[in-house]
This record gives sequence, structure tokens and C-alpha cells, in this order.
Amino acid sequence: MANTDQEILEGLAEIVAEETGLDQADILLEKSFTDDLDIDSLSMMTIVTHAEDKFGVRIPDEEVKNLATVGDAVSFIKGAQPA
Amino acid sequence: MTSAREVVVTGLGATTPLGGDVASTWEAALAGTSGARTLENDWAEKYGLPVTFAATIKVDPAEVLSRPETKRMDPSAQYAVVAAREAWADAGSPEVDGERLGAVVSSGIGGIQTILDGWDTLRERGARRMLPMTVPMLMPNSPSAYVSLEFGARAGTHAQVSACASGAEAVGYAVDMIRSGRADIVVAGGTEAAIHPMPLGAFAASRTLSLRNDDPQRASRPYDVDRDGFVLGEGAAVLVLESAEHAAARGARVYAKVTGVGLSSDAYHITSPDPEGTGQVSAMRFAIQDAGVTPADIVHVNAHATSTKVGDLTETASIRKLFGADADHVQLSATKSMTGHLLGGAGAIESLFAVKAINERLAPPTINVDNPDPELQVPLVRDEPVKLPAGDIAAINNSFGFGGHNVALVIQNA
Repeated sequence: MANTDQEILEGLAEIVAEETGLDQADILLEKSFTDDLDIDSLSMMTIVTHAEDKFGVRIPDEEVKNLATVGDAVSFIKGAQPA
Repeated sequence: MTSAREVVVTGLGATTPLGGDVASTWEAALAGTSGARTLENDWAEKYGLPVTFAATIKVDPAEVLSRPETKRMDPSAQYAVVAAREAWADAGSPEVDGERLGAVVSSGIGGIQTILDGWDTLRERGARRMLPMTVPMLMPNSPSAYVSLEFGARAGTHAQVSACASGAEAVGYAVDMIRSGRADIVVAGGTEAAIHPMPLGAFAASRTLSLRNDDPQRASRPYDVDRDGFVLGEGAAVLVLESAEHAAARGARVYAKVTGVGLSSDAYHITSPDPEGTGQVSAMRFAIQDAGVTPADIVHVNAHATSTKVGDLTETASIRKLFGADADHVQLSATKSMTGHLLGGAGAIESLFAVKAINERLAPPTINVDNPDPELQVPLVRDEPVKLPAGDIAAINNSFGFGGHNVALVIQNA
């Protein structure tokens, strides 16, 4: 069963907060993973690993570089989930 | 008398089975407290582990580190960072050029919990579920690397590996870095986090662990006739070592000097110490010569003494062999009776104890020695701390490791 955008954002924000120590409320759709949230490549891959687990999707490595913002990741996850 | 190459101790930090910092650890040690506890888990039933206790860390690092820190560091690195932060603050958070600051924090085993967790994930869920931080968490230089990141240490980051001598060898290497002019300050110590059923099972298989499951606090009993092996401990200790000149220039408080480093190897057997103690005697002799003292100056020895049948007596025979009649005025302390055996952390916490003993002129007790082994050849501090004499005094910390590694450090009053 697919999650709503809001559910994906909340779940992703929880993962990002856990990895970075940032406040979950600061992890918004328009935030850039690198510029705003200061997430390095290892942390990004950790977040991806947890997100795949949580949402039951596959996020290929070559796709990760296209996920510039939290919103990009939410859209990708939404699209990757079975309808 | 202060020379540029003299090395002093200006900061101390620890997190151990006795306490989450130096003050609580030292207080518990002087009071003769055991850090051993029954393990609250199902390892014995699940795996048939013959041992059901260990000297677990007193304060969970999760209480003092941030959530991301505990997620990206193996527990061995977490303990090291907790101890290093305390030591650094204790040294007055010195202003120092990063190129003149080193980090040497050893672990005997490395990130064993990360290795085993990673293996479980791989087998149960496949390679794609493995976490990207697995490699930097499992590598045995990880604690040292995190300590270097913490303070911007760029004079070199090292991790000597010599099993249970690792922590002492780290301190010795740090002394060499300062003496050779490569650094003004080195954050040095040892750490271990191996309380997991696999290492416990492995040590049990080597028949070196105490199996006194019904009385954990009485299990670590170096030199007692009924000793039956060591108690696995965990934790870290870190010392801030500094050139005496640098410390004097910034008006730092000095606990003691580290004046002698002695290293040797047995080349006898992979686990058993050479029964003649040849390598142990050499290490102590080298350290004493390096310090420019004589056995008559040594008033206290923090023994390696793990509470095994063979190891404990070999060491005191070695001390007697080197010291002769001077061994009669040595106050011998076996603090593993209280902390358990911190493996790669042992040489560091015991160096720290030797520094405190010299600084406070108080040798910590050895507990659980109900019936001293008749072959014990050196006066043992039992149950209560013993005052060390006034005037210039020196102590030795001995640390020996599987593989035949022997390290002796001489510590003197400032």
C-alpha cells in the first residue's frame, strides 16, 4: 500500500534526524541534502539504505545523485512504490 | 629540572566499569569496588556460553554522546571519544597548532561489535542492507581517528595493536612522538568494547576466563590461590601527554611525568608468557634505564595481573628477578581485580591509575585476595589503599599481551 506524500516526508525526516541530529521539524521538502542539511555522501547512503527499508522501495545508486532536495526524495519514493 | 624532551601528563579522562569519568572511577577503585556484573541477557541459554558476567561499562555513552555520534561510531570509538573529551577539558583545552598535536588511541580488537552486526545483516538481509558506515566503524584505528577529528590532531594519528598491551604501547608511542619533536601534545590511550557473545565464547574457549558465575564481584582475584581466570571488561582511558616545556609555557597543571618507556617481546609462545620472564624483565629494565632511575626508586607497580594461574606469578617473579631486595619496598596493585580486563583499554586505565597513584601518593588496592598465593614474590596492596612515601618517587605500569608483547612505563612525580 502506497504512502501519502506527507507520510513519506515524515518517515524520511525521522531517518534524516536520526542520522544527523537535526530537528525533525527542520527537514522540509525544499531543503537541500548537501547545502542545507550538510549531509555527506556516506550519510546520504545510510539514509537511502534506511529509506529503502522503511518504504519497501529500491533507490538505485545512480538515482541518488539526482535527489538534491528532500522533496526530490519524497517524489522518487512515491513514484517507486507500488500503486 | 625541565628539559624540552621531558613528557608530562596534563589531562586525564576515562569511562570504565567503575565510573563514567576519572573522579568516579578513581574513587571506586580506592574504595575497593568491583565493576563486574551479571549480564542481563539470554546469551548463556542461546549460545551455551559458560560465562554469565562481565565488567560492563558503568555509564552508557548514549547518555553523554549525541544520537548521530552513537550511530556512526562503534562502541570502542564512543568510549574513546568520551574519555578523550574529559581528558582534553581536564588539560584546560589547550591552544595548540594542529600540526603539533597527535592522537594515539589503541584498541586490542577493534570494532568487533560492528563486524559481527555487519555479518548478521549480510547473512540475514543481504549486501544491500549493509550500512555505509560499516567500514569506518569496524577498523581498529577508528577510535584514534575520531579522537584526531575531535581536536584537529594533524601531527599523526596512530593505533598500536598489541592485544592487552595496546593501551600502554599507545602511551609509549605518544611519549616517543613528543621526545622526537614530532608533537607538543599527544592525546593517548586505549579502548575496548568486546562484551559480545562471540569474543566471550572465544576467550572461554581459550580457557582464560573466570567462570565464577555465582559471584561475579569476587571473580577477578589476582594473586589469590583460588583465581580461575580474568573477567572481561570494557571502557577507555585517555591521557593528555605534553612536552614539559609546552606545559610550562601555558601554565598547565601537571599530574606526573612519564619518564621511561620499555618495550620487548617474548618470541616464546602465542599466548603463554615466557615462564622465565625474560621479556618482562627486559621491558622493565629498558623502562628503568630510559627513565634514568634504579629499582630502588620504584615504590609502586601497577601489575598486569589478570587473575590467571600462570600469568600473575610470572610477573612477580620477573619483578623479583630484576629488583632483587628492592622488590621488598614495592607496593604492588592489581587493579583488574576491580575493573576487570579492559584488553586494549587495560594499559591505558592502568597507566592512568599509576599517574593518580604517584600524584596522590596513594597505591590503589587489590580486592578479593582472601588467600595470597604463597609464590607471590612482591608486597601486595590488599583491600585498603597504601600511602606512598614523600620525596621523589617512581612507579611502573606493566602491560603484557597475547603475542608476547611486553610494555613497561615509568611514571614519576612532577
